[in-house]
Amino acid sequence: MAPGVAEIQRGLAAGKFSSVEITQDYLARIAQHNPALNCFISVTDEIALEQARRADAALAKGQAAALTGVPLAHKDLFCTDGVKTSCASRILDNFIAPYDASVIENFKRDGAVMLGKTNMDEFAMGSSNENSCYGAVANPWNTECVPGGSSGGSAAAVAANLAPGATGTDTGGSIRQPAALCGITGIKPTYGRVSRYGMIAYGSSLDQGGPFARSAEDCALLLQTMSGFDRRDSTSAERAVPDFSGALGEGVEGLKIGLPQEYFADGLDGKIAAVIETAIDELRKLGAEVRDISLPNTDLSIPTYYVIAMAECSSNLSRFDGVRFGHRCDNPVDLEDLYKRSRGEGFGAEVKRRIMIGTYALSAGYYDAYYLKAQQLRRLIKEDFQKAFDSVDLILGPTTPETAFKIGAKSNDPVSMYLQDIYTISLNLAGLPGMSLPVGFVDGLPVGMQLIGNYFDETGLLNTAHSYQQVSDWHLQIPEAFR
Amino acid sequence: MTLKTEDVRNIAHLARLHIDEADIEQYVTDLSSILDLVDEMNRVDSSGVTPLANPLDATQRLRDDEVTETDQRDKFQRIAPDVEQGFYRVPKVIE
Amino acid sequence: MSEWESVIGLEIHAQLATRSKIFSGASTAFGAAPNTQACAVDLGMPGVLPVLNREVVTMAIRFGVAIDAEIDHRSVFARKNYFYPDLPKGYQISQYELPIVGKGHIFISPAEGEHREIGITRAHLEEDAGKSIHDQFVDQTGIDLNRAGTPLLEIVSEPDMRSAKEAVAYARKIHSLVRYLEICDGNMQEGSFRCDANVSVRHKGEDKLGTRAELKNINSFRFLERAINFEIERQIDLIEDGGKVVQETRLYDSERDETRSMRSKEEANDYRYFPDPDLLPVAITEADIASIRAALPELPEQKKQRFIDALGLSDYNAELLTASRETATYFETALAAAPGQNAQLANWILGDLAGALNKAALDINASTITPEMLAQLVARIADNTISGKIAKEVFEAMWQGEGEADAIIEARGLRQITDSGAIESLIDAVIAANPEQVEQFRAGKEKVLGFFVGQVMQQSQGKANPGQVNAILREKLKS
Repeated sequence: MAPGVAEIQRGLAAGKFSSVEITQDYLARIAQHNPALNCFISVTDEIALEQARRADAALAKGQAAALTGVPLAHKDLFCTDGVKTSCASRILDNFIAPYDASVIENFKRDGAVMLGKTNMDEFAMGSSNENSCYGAVANPWNTECVPGGSSGGSAAAVAANLAPGATGTDTGGSIRQPAALCGITGIKPTYGRVSRYGMIAYGSSLDQGGPFARSAEDCALLLQTMSGFDRRDSTSAERAVPDFSGALGEGVEGLKIGLPQEYFADGLDGKIAAVIETAIDELRKLGAEVRDISLPNTDLSIPTYYVIAMAECSSNLSRFDGVRFGHRCDNPVDLEDLYKRSRGEGFGAEVKRRIMIGTYALSAGYYDAYYLKAQQLRRLIKEDFQKAFDSVDLILGPTTPETAFKIGAKSNDPVSMYLQDIYTISLNLAGLPGMSLPVGFVDGLPVGMQLIGNYFDETGLLNTAHSYQQVSDWHLQIPEAFR
Repeated sequence: MTLKTEDVRNIAHLARLHIDEADIEQYVTDLSSILDLVDEMNRVDSSGVTPLANPLDATQRLRDDEVTETDQRDKFQRIAPDVEQGFYRVPKVIE
Repeated sequence: MSEWESVIGLEIHAQLATRSKIFSGASTAFGAAPNTQACAVDLGMPGVLPVLNREVVTMAIRFGVAIDAEIDHRSVFARKNYFYPDLPKGYQISQYELPIVGKGHIFISPAEGEHREIGITRAHLEEDAGKSIHDQFVDQTGIDLNRAGTPLLEIVSEPDMRSAKEAVAYARKIHSLVRYLEICDGNMQEGSFRCDANVSVRHKGEDKLGTRAELKNINSFRFLERAINFEIERQIDLIEDGGKVVQETRLYDSERDETRSMRSKEEANDYRYFPDPDLLPVAITEADIASIRAALPELPEQKKQRFIDALGLSDYNAELLTASRETATYFETALAAAPGQNAQLANWILGDLAGALNKAALDINASTITPEMLAQLVARIADNTISGKIAKEVFEAMWQGEGEADAIIEARGLRQITDSGAIESLIDAVIAANPEQVEQFRAGKEKVLGFFVGQVMQQSQGKANPGQVNAILREKLKS
């Protein structure tokens, strides 16, 4: 069994092992298994061991902070001062970030150890982690399958126990979907809960950072460190962060859970539906009240999401121009050549597609039909949720319509790839918190269940997931090859 | 919505992206199918709905007018492709 | 063919006088070594985010209140997308819909006694771009991003002006206003106050606007007038020769005194404006506006009216004295030191002092003669210590840095002779020496009196009180 974050904390506190020892263990596991999985872009051995040594010194002096000595991995779009931060893009292949993201600062403050930077879909654009200039990531449960995306490297690393926890970002499902496909737990908090400063932007009004771990208990610990108001992010929520761990164990007795009928409709694989039903029964047994609800605009969320995300990314990615950082083409003949070739060579096909659609959607004559329309639908989608939360405390459904698919199966059809996000993206449009936890297997591949909370109710999500995990052990499963 | 090759060329230019001639047709196909997906938005009449730009409908926080940053030029320029005498350099711009 | 009429609107970029940038904590100080005042946010580093400077909002509202403008309770920042090396993010954070300042107006006096109302369409906040340096390297352009992120208030006028002179009067008025409000230092050389002019021509009586050209790169009021006049001529000539004006951006070349088309901006722009998702709508309450209004300094129009009503100055002098806050402050400081000398001080400031400053190309704040020094000089005329003529000499000496009026008067022995005994003996000597002229006067040739006054003043080295000299001379010559 793999130790989780909480267990490592306890072990370090009790002196069962040192941070250096456990860090070395993980570095050895990464060295052994990463070639098969390709979930790390950079392994930062030296930094990790240095941080571990300092952690051990702090522990010895009784000066441990919240995560002192706990080794973690970070998605390669969080800027890390002095360490390559690539977004899995050729355009940033040579980019050594000159500063730390707020999330990274928070982990440093709390004493965590950085094992390395994880692979991802380029600029977080993708649902399979195949869009990486460093190659696809394999799913530890079946290395012929995708781990999901865009935070596929982080999810695969935790699933294969190459790290007890990892950070991810979620713009349309990029934490929840890979968590589901890799059989681990992941939470996307409310928009504004975790600072976006230093998190390289994809869709600014949708992006939100969050953790992956085996359990809700571990996610609570990591989210605690990641969360909090940041004056450097104008969209950061200026409100107190509750004690996530402290609220675990409150149980689900009397909790009103809504099942959106749209999430259990035609598109859902019947075997997945059956697994989810079983998990719902477990929650019923624990005292939760389950009822049907409706989110009528669910099927609008995909087109709405893609217009907004692509419009925002088309502008966000303009700064990658070969002038101040990143890839520059050889011997540009003039300015236009510098821009076009640097960007043309630097960005992969999916990134280019999204930039082009976004550019088109914002261009003269199309703004109202696309961007403005999408923002109107965005409000309708948000209102669906608000109405639902008048009668329920929590919404529950599948995280994905199918389990992990084969690498290459959808890579020639961008639209079928986008449809993987049907259950996850409406939360980003609404800004609501959501999490995925493992609830079983279909044909040897994990199934994720999604919990959706009201604004800033991460506590409700974590508590519900924790209650379920007290009576199940799906989250403790490790693929045989990585035990 | 079906785009023409000329549309794709124009968009690529506006976005300053070099696209190989050989790939243009694939982009025409892919972008057109994405736009078909996007056009599903038109199934709903949303006239009169206030657009939602930020999920929390929050308002802007303001910072005090204080200089908090120090000179980090050397650090920032260490990762730049072409700098000289403190300037970033690009091919000559003719105005 | 009917007469031509030119139609002019101005876009003025006033750099707001904040310590730090609009969206970052980097300094806005002018003149630092390249890229030393460009922080991660200004450089558009991956992952950075903008946070709005409170002072920028306050300053914009102050301007809005001063031009009696509509101020919405919500103001939104938008991204204006285009690629240019001095624009680090590939977009400029500006405002499109919902600018912070809506419709307002100001009054200008293009000439003595003339008053016109000029409409202001809007004023919006935006970040400045960096600078492209074309002459530093042979085949390369150098980019300095120190200026990137400096706060600008872009003030857009209605096309209400009909001549270059009116356009200049409007620009000067805005220049004066932003300095009164202490929101912009107005330094045109350093680019803190920049004017772009939209110029078109049409036949008088037509309602439809002609095709306009946008003139850029104008860094003084003199060049603004010249550039507009050149452009008006160019457009009229073009149309009269059967050509057509094309909508374009034209650069003013002050060395050749002409405008020319900017070929590099030929391509039609599609800026793809959309609300910046990194920034939220700015909420402005009535209370915010009221407190800013309450803290406004006396504005030029109010001050001018007070100078006319309470100090009895002419409309023209009041206009000139209030044209800049510095001049008005100079006048008011001097007046406090020499109460009651309203007209005298106004005349000295607008006459000799303005002339001297102009000649030396100095700002009134840099004057060697302080308001207190000028007040002392005027007081010495009033109390008959010196004559107006001697005062010019004292003024010149003060200008040259010889010290205060009293010290100069003492050192040079310029105190006026008012002792009638002394004056009488001077006059007696002059009369005795010029019997011929005495005869002429007595024969009725009144203008010979001037000759005698001149002689007496010369003998006294200008120090005799001219009034007394006149009176005593008349008496003595008649007898």
